[in-house]
Amino acid sequence: MIKPDRITTTTCPYCGVGCTLQLHVKDDFIYKVTSPFDSPVNHGNLCVKGRFGYDFVYHPKRVTTPLVRRYLLEGKPKPEGREQVYAISVDGKPIPDSQISNDWDWVETDWGTALNFVADNLVRIYKRDGSDAMAVYCCAKATNEDNYLLQKMYRALFRTNNVDHCTRLCHAGSVVALQQAVGSSAMSNTAGQVIMNDVFIVTGSNTSENHPIIALQMKEAVQKHGAKMIVVDPRRIDLVDMAEMWLPLKPGTNVPVFSAMAHVIVKENLVNWEFVKDRTENFDEFMESLEKFTPEYAEEISGVAAEDIRKAARMYAKAKNGAIYWGMGISQLSHGTASALALIHLAFLTGHVGRDGTGLNPLRGQNNVQGASDMGSMPFHYPGYMRVDNPENRAKWEKAWNIEEGGLNLKLGLTTTEILSNAHEGGIRALYIMGENPMMSEPNLNETRKHMTHLEFLVAQDIFINESGAFADVFLPATPFAEKDGTFSNTDRRVQRVRAAHKPRGQARPDWQIICDLALRIETRLGVSTAHWAYSNPEEILREMGSVNPDYAGITYERIDKVGLIYPVPTLDHPGTPTLFTESFPRGRGKFHPLDYVPVREEPDDEYPFILTTGRLLEHWHGGTMTRNSSLNEAYPEARVEIHPADAEIHGIRNNDPVKVQSRRGEIVVRATVTEKTTVGVVFLPWHFHEAAANLLTNDALDPQAKIPEFKACAVQVFPARESDLPNPDVVVERGRY
Amino acid sequence: MTVTFLMDGKEVTAQDGQTLLDVARENGIEIPTICFHEATTANAVCRICVVEVEGMRTLQPSCIVKAATNMKVQTRSEKVVRARKTILEMLSATMDLSEAADIQAMMKEYGARDERFPDAVRRESDIKDDNPMYIRDYSKCLLCWRCVQVCADDAQFTYAINFEGRGYETQIGTFFDKAIPQTTCVLCGQCVGVCPTGALKPKREFLLEKGKTPAEISVMNTGRKQRKPR
Repeated sequence: MIKPDRITTTTCPYCGVGCTLQLHVKDDFIYKVTSPFDSPVNHGNLCVKGRFGYDFVYHPKRVTTPLVRRYLLEGKPKPEGREQVYAISVDGKPIPDSQISNDWDWVETDWGTALNFVADNLVRIYKRDGSDAMAVYCCAKATNEDNYLLQKMYRALFRTNNVDHCTRLCHAGSVVALQQAVGSSAMSNTAGQVIMNDVFIVTGSNTSENHPIIALQMKEAVQKHGAKMIVVDPRRIDLVDMAEMWLPLKPGTNVPVFSAMAHVIVKENLVNWEFVKDRTENFDEFMESLEKFTPEYAEEISGVAAEDIRKAARMYAKAKNGAIYWGMGISQLSHGTASALALIHLAFLTGHVGRDGTGLNPLRGQNNVQGASDMGSMPFHYPGYMRVDNPENRAKWEKAWNIEEGGLNLKLGLTTTEILSNAHEGGIRALYIMGENPMMSEPNLNETRKHMTHLEFLVAQDIFINESGAFADVFLPATPFAEKDGTFSNTDRRVQRVRAAHKPRGQARPDWQIICDLALRIETRLGVSTAHWAYSNPEEILREMGSVNPDYAGITYERIDKVGLIYPVPTLDHPGTPTLFTESFPRGRGKFHPLDYVPVREEPDDEYPFILTTGRLLEHWHGGTMTRNSSLNEAYPEARVEIHPADAEIHGIRNNDPVKVQSRRGEIVVRATVTEKTTVGVVFLPWHFHEAAANLLTNDALDPQAKIPEFKACAVQVFPARESDLPNPDVVVERGRY
Repeated sequence: MTVTFLMDGKEVTAQDGQTLLDVARENGIEIPTICFHEATTANAVCRICVVEVEGMRTLQPSCIVKAATNMKVQTRSEKVVRARKTILEMLSATMDLSEAADIQAMMKEYGARDERFPDAVRRESDIKDDNPMYIRDYSKCLLCWRCVQVCADDAQFTYAINFEGRGYETQIGTFFDKAIPQTTCVLCGQCVGVCPTGALKPKREFLLEKGKTPAEISVMNTGRKQRKPR
């Protein structure tokens, strides 16, 4: 038996649930993860990622030395031909030197050299082209402190709001809808309250695979507390086994289905009139728009039986405590904002919000996507969702950051997708990426690749050279969760501690230290007075942010040491706020928005008869930077396309057959899983696998308000292919799990 | 509603429906447990927590027996101590307790002897190493049932493992003895988290014990398993 040198309590780096982990460390090596059974969020339960998926920390491909391209070191001009950027091939083997210009080699260097190259080039471009040429991707995996500092660096030093992160690609639709309707942008209640629901709707979320611990709580609510679950999803997900009803809608038809439910609630007079009268506005205008959304109309569009829509509407409306949990099936559409609004209307009509056991609950994806958004890693907001175009907000942050009056930029910044599509002469010239991987997570990757090559200077701050880091000019080796201190804010707004289990490997440094070091070098070159970068520990960073952002004002590391605190925490003795909107909404009254049905941008036709919907797998995480470099990859090593047996038969496809999936934008070859988990006419692909990247196929159409791309629906064709066409013909997943 | 009764001669009060074990712990009376776990449903499988209740023919497992008015409970009578000692001796005669520190401590406390049943057939089986996350060494399994429970209704609702075999041959297994990846298992490892004896163990802990270095372990997951389709 091994005796650990120490056991470090920290927060899981994967999904937004925020499970407590205990890392058992021996000789600076984590060999086991456990979770205390009194942990506040997960009660000792973990999923495969949290319990076993930490070994990417020690993967041999991890980079722990600063790297710069040879051309920089030798003072040469940047070489042409940036297509050949993969110094490491997809199998992890180095590409032969003969195929790559030597100037493009990575050269190991020291921190001073690497950071000076970054500072020199960023300042050079800023002085030449101004604020609009600068942009940064913050990171929903990194801590609150890291994100706060990075947006501060770009806003305070480069005076730009071109700051965004992957929230744009997951819940931007929900965030914008919630901002418009209630004036907030987080879960209204905690996930643990699901056991207090008597009816709840799960839609657009494969909770069992993406928020596994919340799924356990949902199953417990059904099995042990008598709750009724309604699943609205185009896939027959695992939760359907325990659901009272499953409404299998066609991808992208949320608005008609949920509006028809609202229609039923109004027509059958199941409305909570008191709530509508006291707490909402714009009801009459909304009613007009609702008139045409009869259940029969919704059935025609969505394929869900009108009678089922009626039944679900009655069930939800008549519940004592009803709640809605939703995921990216709602927001990742060219009408993602409207989809989320359709859900919000249901809560307004029934009054199922503002009490324990009810609520509007977007399940946030990343461990710290809530926190990164709270920290102002967004183009329209300072920390605390303060609009950047409001001079009063600007004045507050100018004071906090020691900036001359009127110095910060009032102009709204560009969003994630816009930053890359503006990468050209006269647009974005320099991009700083902390921990993100747009070359996997953006839609229509062939287009993204072109944009990446049009950047003049790219910095990657990460733990691996991922598909995006391969385009970088300088690589700054950061530390993963196990080697740094800070805080994460989980999906239900609980701010929890992250603690280092051991010292950084090699020369890697925590992100916040890299940013502070770099910011000082930039300030020297700009010759400006300092915006404060001398922090002795991450808590000072959080306190600086909390001094201006009232939601976090009462949070100290001491107070969150054991179980965290659920913000808003306005004062040092405030106990936290598990349930929001009990008295009123942040914008005052909840606002109904008239809706119209807009089809997905690319509907299936004779040439591309299937709807492709993308999503995630239990065993993997997003672009795969972490999980594909861990033992999780052994558990699920290949991408597979799910196709319904009826469709498979028509196309002569058997289980495990190689197939080519093609859209108007790209094609990939994967094995088929013939399964009733998907519905007729719909195929499903996970997007974690670089060798068969689903996002080569997806449509880059954007929601006009939230700018979120339409990942959840595009038209594809499926053809039988040969074994030899597969990227890894020898690999076959043999998994019995659903 | 509360009930009042005697425990080890002392008058104690309990909530209606509270188990004897729970009441004992509240009153600072120590009763040993093996299969009992705060996160799983108590099933009285191991019987180490038995107590003597006046008027009842057999010893009663305190983890499931509810307190009742006027009960007279002895938590450490001679009969109780003898039963506990015998249970420990039978366990130690038939299985590998080398990583069950709590049970070893109990054996010392109760004076249980390893060699009490020299002719016992030991329950031995090969280590099952069939998935990338954890190993199963059923030579160390005392059938406490916790792993089955957390896989089922106590946590995960996945139902990948259960008892197989009958009587002395009983073991924890998958349906049709399939390898873990081919079952409904989602590799969550809740079972590993509640195993009291080291029968279930994270793969990397197992490798480290086998003398592999962290560097050697870290390259192990970079190789791809090669399998033929179908």
